[in-house]
Amino acid sequence: MGEIQLKNTRDGNILQRVSKVLLARREASLVILLAVILVPIVFRSPQFLSFTNIDRIINDISILSIVAIGEFFVILSNGIDLSVGSIIAFSGMASGMLNEAYPQVPVFFLLLLGTGLGAVMGAVNGALVAYGKIPPIITTLGTMSIYRGLTFVLSKGTWVTAHEMTPNFIGFPRQSFLGISALIWMALIVIVVTYYFSRFTRSGREIYAIGGNATAAKFVGVNEKRIRFMVFVISGTLFGFAGSLWTARYASAVNEMATGFEMQAVAACVLGGVNFAGGAGAIPGVVLGALFLGVLNNALPVVYLSSFYQTLVQGMIVLLALVINTVVDQRKTRKLLEQRRAR
Amino acid sequence: MAEQRDLVAKTRLIQETGWRNALIELFTKWEVLLGIIFVLMVLFFSNLSPYFLDYFNLMNATFQFSEKAIMALPMIFIIMCGDIDISIASIIALCAYAVGTASAAGVGTPGLIAIGLAVGASAGLVNGLLITGFNMPAIAVTLATQSIYRGIAQAALEERAMTKYPAEFGFFGQEFIPGTMIPFELVLYIGLAVIMGFILHKTSYGRRLYAIGSSPEAARFSGIKVKKIRITNYMLMGLFSGIAGVLLTSRILSARSNIATSWDLEVITLVVLGGVSINGGKGTMWGVVIASFLVGYLKFGMGLLKLSGTIMTIVIGTLLIIAVLLPRLLDGYKNTRKMRRQQVEAALQSAKA
Amino acid sequence: MAETLLTIRELTKFFPGIKALDNVHLTVRTGEVHALIGENGAGKSTLVKILTGVYFPTGGTITMEGRELNFKNAIDAQQAGIVAIHQEASMFLELSVTENIYMGHHLRHPKTKRLDWKGMRERTGELLKQLELAIDPDTLVKNLSVAQRHMVEIAKALSLNAKVVIMDEPTSALTTREVEDLYRIVRQLRKEGKAIIFISHKFEEIFEICDYYTVLRDGQYIGEGKVADTSTDEIINMMIGRNIDHMFPKKDPNIGDEILAVENLSQLGAFQNVSFSLHKGEILGFFGLVGAGRTEVMRTIFGIDKRNGGSITIDGKPYAPKGPHDAMAQGIGFVPEDRQRQGVILSMSIGKNITMPQLSSLCHFGITNAKRELEVTKTYGEKMEIRAAGWHVDADTLSGGNQQKVVLAKWIGTNPRILILDEPTKGIDVATKAAVHEFVSQMAGEGIAVILISSELPEILGMSDRVVVMHEGDVTAVFDRKEMNQEQIMRAALGETKEALHG
Repeated sequence: MGEIQLKNTRDGNILQRVSKVLLARREASLVILLAVILVPIVFRSPQFLSFTNIDRIINDISILSIVAIGEFFVILSNGIDLSVGSIIAFSGMASGMLNEAYPQVPVFFLLLLGTGLGAVMGAVNGALVAYGKIPPIITTLGTMSIYRGLTFVLSKGTWVTAHEMTPNFIGFPRQSFLGISALIWMALIVIVVTYYFSRFTRSGREIYAIGGNATAAKFVGVNEKRIRFMVFVISGTLFGFAGSLWTARYASAVNEMATGFEMQAVAACVLGGVNFAGGAGAIPGVVLGALFLGVLNNALPVVYLSSFYQTLVQGMIVLLALVINTVVDQRKTRKLLEQRRAR
Repeated sequence: MAEQRDLVAKTRLIQETGWRNALIELFTKWEVLLGIIFVLMVLFFSNLSPYFLDYFNLMNATFQFSEKAIMALPMIFIIMCGDIDISIASIIALCAYAVGTASAAGVGTPGLIAIGLAVGASAGLVNGLLITGFNMPAIAVTLATQSIYRGIAQAALEERAMTKYPAEFGFFGQEFIPGTMIPFELVLYIGLAVIMGFILHKTSYGRRLYAIGSSPEAARFSGIKVKKIRITNYMLMGLFSGIAGVLLTSRILSARSNIATSWDLEVITLVVLGGVSINGGKGTMWGVVIASFLVGYLKFGMGLLKLSGTIMTIVIGTLLIIAVLLPRLLDGYKNTRKMRRQQVEAALQSAKA
Repeated sequence: MAETLLTIRELTKFFPGIKALDNVHLTVRTGEVHALIGENGAGKSTLVKILTGVYFPTGGTITMEGRELNFKNAIDAQQAGIVAIHQEASMFLELSVTENIYMGHHLRHPKTKRLDWKGMRERTGELLKQLELAIDPDTLVKNLSVAQRHMVEIAKALSLNAKVVIMDEPTSALTTREVEDLYRIVRQLRKEGKAIIFISHKFEEIFEICDYYTVLRDGQYIGEGKVADTSTDEIINMMIGRNIDHMFPKKDPNIGDEILAVENLSQLGAFQNVSFSLHKGEILGFFGLVGAGRTEVMRTIFGIDKRNGGSITIDGKPYAPKGPHDAMAQGIGFVPEDRQRQGVILSMSIGKNITMPQLSSLCHFGITNAKRELEVTKTYGEKMEIRAAGWHVDADTLSGGNQQKVVLAKWIGTNPRILILDEPTKGIDVATKAAVHEFVSQMAGEGIAVILISSELPEILGMSDRVVVMHEGDVTAVFDRKEMNQEQIMRAALGETKEALHG
């Protein structure tokens, strides 16, 4: 029985050892890949690694990280949420309009409003998926247009511009605390809290169980409906929170905001090694995936590509990541079979 | 004594429910329900607006939904097999870009059509090959190609619009069949619907679609070339998106990168509303055709009532969800009835014995 | 005698139209291994599902340690101390061994409620050590072998403080050595005072490891007793309720030319260097324990899986199928083991199911012809004596036996030259079983070459002209009808080669 253990990483030469670690840890390979694409970029434009630019990139990916983490929980449960952009838009629009109408309302409550609305919209998605048994793709394809439509209804087609909002609100993401902007702090808090949740709570682990093997999860007493409902509430909450931050950071709330953002969220997850079939993946990978996308978006101008290339490049990267994930998985299965045979 | 009375009551129950069952069976049939809703909708709008039941208006309104209805046809095949394609709106953008660019370079109308269809079919083929070749989830792959196809158009067109087309190119999307008041688009749609309906219901290809959707594994074990059929479906989807792309470009004589956004949603809604099961293996061409006219005229009627496009978006999204939810409830209702009857029959049998 | 732990009295379970369990008794004592015996469909799995809280009984009582039990769900059963070791399907492949053991009852720090990973890992280490298993608690389950996954499941039962451990065909996918390991663990559990309900089809296992047995047949309690006081024949008689000698309508074979020759066929992880030949009019039995690789060989011949090496010839010509359609073009038919998922399409009518493989030839330019389809359906449906309200009825309304007849009708409709039957009588009623046997004989009589995979030794002995025995992906022996005997075939299936058997 004993010899079936995976071969020890201490075997082989250094190169083999490194590649083994890389294959085993998705996060590590992503860091290396990031370094590899950074080299030519920095070579070309040294100011890419300047403090201001790094600060900008990290600020840029703060919102993406929060959103990607929301999407992560849904994909982890073997679902998908396409209503990302629409929830962001509705929450963002609502916070912006509240700020415009009642400038005296503190920023905290604006964030709370966006987050709460997001939670409600997520709960609707979750109820339809968990209790109405509608496949996530159909549910969120439908609510994607419903929430976007409701955003128009809410705003009556108008938008909220920077000078209609209070400096308090649109200034707070840039407020610095201990040398780090409030926006980054928000993202860090979300990352830490969700990491703790996904790693150290029963509910968090039960998402892995449902996504990995729903039948088996039921056998050990996991309440499938509760978990499926919960992941959409979590994702909605995070999207709503991100919506309020979005309005503040970009100092405007327009009806079309965050259109197609689901793509970036999914991209960060897929890059971070989250399995589309559910049950595998972790928060650090997702954050690295978001970081990777952020660097890439910022690097486009350096390689003389206009921002119009962003969609195309992202699509290509997701496809590439998907193919690599699949091929690596198939390799692993094959290897396992060979091992089994070798016994 | 009491037992005997019980038995008599139960026997009567079964006899009585005979014709009621038949009626319930008929009225819980999805196509029949859709037809009834369609009639109710026509009555509703014609009461509210005098312009609704006007022949010219009714014909003219078809311009607004023929292209989507055309795309719903191959989408039936895709969903029937348990697949999905959310890249179709982007394929339109890609086709429109290709057609617009070719036109600007001086290509004539037949060439433009050929280019549109070829680009569409190739984009669909790429989807199909990626999904079946690597065995990746259709939703993930088409989400990625959605960005890629539209991304190509975006990178190439940026904010520009291609607006130069040969004079006769406008015929396909704007004109009526000469001498009649019937739009070319509508005739094309009906023609294609007849062909696709024939394929679905009267050919071995169609039968195999049902087989794959019902049980991909049993289909494979029966010698059906599942991969080949799925790839063909995606290619057809691309081809029809190409047709829709040509028609749309011809209708608005302009190609921008943001063309046809969110059409994926509407097309999938038509198919699901038409009664095709999202899990595959169930549905008819009739249902989808009725659903296409239903949604098309619903939007037209709402337009007459001066309801904004936003409300329509909400309605479409809601329709999609209801269309999936309702059959579930109906099935549940049918199953409980069936169970009850089985129980009564079993009780009767044991009582007799 | 040890004290009684679990008592089941007059347990019944009705499904609409079916009595799955009818007045079943079971008595299990502490520190015993209790064999639950019965054919497929005898009601064993229904009983297990009631014991584990998946189904609710229609009537009867379950008492454990004097308390009557009423489970609302699977968790109630677990908490009462009844745990079933499921097959592989119940694991979380992407998660670690530790987490697979603790999913559903993760340990938490008493104060912070934070999951106690360190504690869980240590406890897992102890459990694995207790079972003498060299598995790292942090390994992902997807990297474990089937046997190891099984052991992890047993460790999980221990972690739940199970009093009754149910093992459903636990050795089916294990190698001989792994089976020995399992026995060791079962004995250890017995020493610790656990009761083990051991479901198995394999008599040598029952006689090796079990203390008591209970036999079920057609959902009814047939009898129980001490394993030491009984014999294989007695149990078989209880299982089938009649003497097996009369069951098989074997005709004198008329064996013709070689039609199929398989040479050193290999597939990574499934089987290697498989060679055999098949003749017209021959019934070639394939025996082996589950996991021997028989089904995989047939899947490869039918073009469903790819091979890694070796060659196949049909009529002396090389044959390399790209898919089942190539196999069908050569006249191969395949009745798969998983009837409901691979054999029939449940939501399609009997007619459409029967015509499916030959649909192309029934169509003109791809257009279906309802009249010709009905003719074909009638011909083969009647030949197989399918009992149904009509040919338009969906397959899911049929009984298992009739569904199997649909699958058989579907393949004889293609006029096969080679017919592969994978466990054709699994889970079907006795009458249909006899009909299937009759049919197999008849097919062979008409010159069709038949490959018959079966896990039931009597069926193999009763039907085959020759038998190929496989063990862990190797062909260990081929016997002619003259040299066949139960013991030798079973030994070969357990890994002894024919040379060793005779030497």
